Amino acid sequence: MRYIEPHAHMVSRTTDDYERMALAGCEAVCEPAFWAGFDRSSPAGFFDYFSQLTEHEPKRAAKFGLKHFCWLCINSKEAEDVKLAEEVIALIPKFLGRANVLGIGEIGLNKNSKNELRVLEMQVELAAKYNQLILVHTPHLEDKLKGTRLILDVLKNDRRILPERVIIDHVEEHTVELVLDCGMWAGMTLYPETKCTPARAIDILETYGDERIWMNSACDWGVSDPLAVPKTALEMKRRGHLAGAIEKIIFQNPKKFLRQSPNFKLGT
Amino acid sequence: MTKQQVLDLYFLDARHKLIEIAAFLDRIERASGKDDFRLKSFRDALAKLDGKKKNKAKNILLAFSDLTTQPIAKAQSKGAVGAYSKTK
Repeated sequence: MRYIEPHAHMVSRTTDDYERMALAGCEAVCEPAFWAGFDRSSPAGFFDYFSQLTEHEPKRAAKFGLKHFCWLCINSKEAEDVKLAEEVIALIPKFLGRANVLGIGEIGLNKNSKNELRVLEMQVELAAKYNQLILVHTPHLEDKLKGTRLILDVLKNDRRILPERVIIDHVEEHTVELVLDCGMWAGMTLYPETKCTPARAIDILETYGDERIWMNSACDWGVSDPLAVPKTALEMKRRGHLAGAIEKIIFQNPKKFLRQSPNFKLGT
Repeated sequence: MTKQQVLDLYFLDARHKLIEIAAFLDRIERASGKDDFRLKSFRDALAKLDGKKKNKAKNILLAFSDLTTQPIAKAQSKGAVGAYSKTK
């Protein structure tokens, strides 16, 4: 069983996780820029992080035969400080030419504040200016529905943004339809407590279909499972989904979206 | 899947989770002090399980959600608690 992990924060994971993912059939891992669990004190911290994502992490993945790709941005949890955000966003263009960069992400909202929204708009502008794919983080728990609506409004109001070049991540039962109806892609994140369990993710597939949708582990420094995607594939098999249908969700769909970036090359 | 297949695959898991919810409510009731908006949200959401209405998972998520539409002035924290306080 081959699969693509379209959202994983490997800088927070151990080398053993790379090995286990490779053993489970992972062919490529895609790493959006995110919050480190603490606020960085300066743009220089982001410069180092972007260097880590574009230089160091691909080498770590390659030791296990895995292709590593990344997305760049300032995440919404650090977007309340607009001046810092402006300085970080100014750094990004010089990294966009690097070989493993797929686009701008994971941008979005966290607490749905005015400053977060302003920084989201600045990064949508960046993506439009440089013709980049967009990966969007939607807020957690009680803030998700409102945040998803605000994000979709921003994206739909910019005619330069093509919906098929946007993935809205962390959808659940109350937001997936909003996203798919806009013509954008939807990502389901498989978490043990928050977001989707494997069973619920498969329920969503069975309810809303298997077009423009993928699943990811979003494994990071918190409670998360880097093998969540293959475990959900196994759950699909237990439910009687055929091998081709499983491969579509865990390999073909992410490949179809990601190859819109000229940098996404699997070599298969 | 047939209803029998769903029951075979998921009944014990769902039973276990239901008992955990019941034990959580017992624990809350035994505890001292005041509760807060989260418990009210939880009880409101539990009511969505009753009856034969479809989309129960979606309706529970909506019951916990902030249904306002305007961005807030400033983020005061980074985390979410799982339920929306209407008195914010």
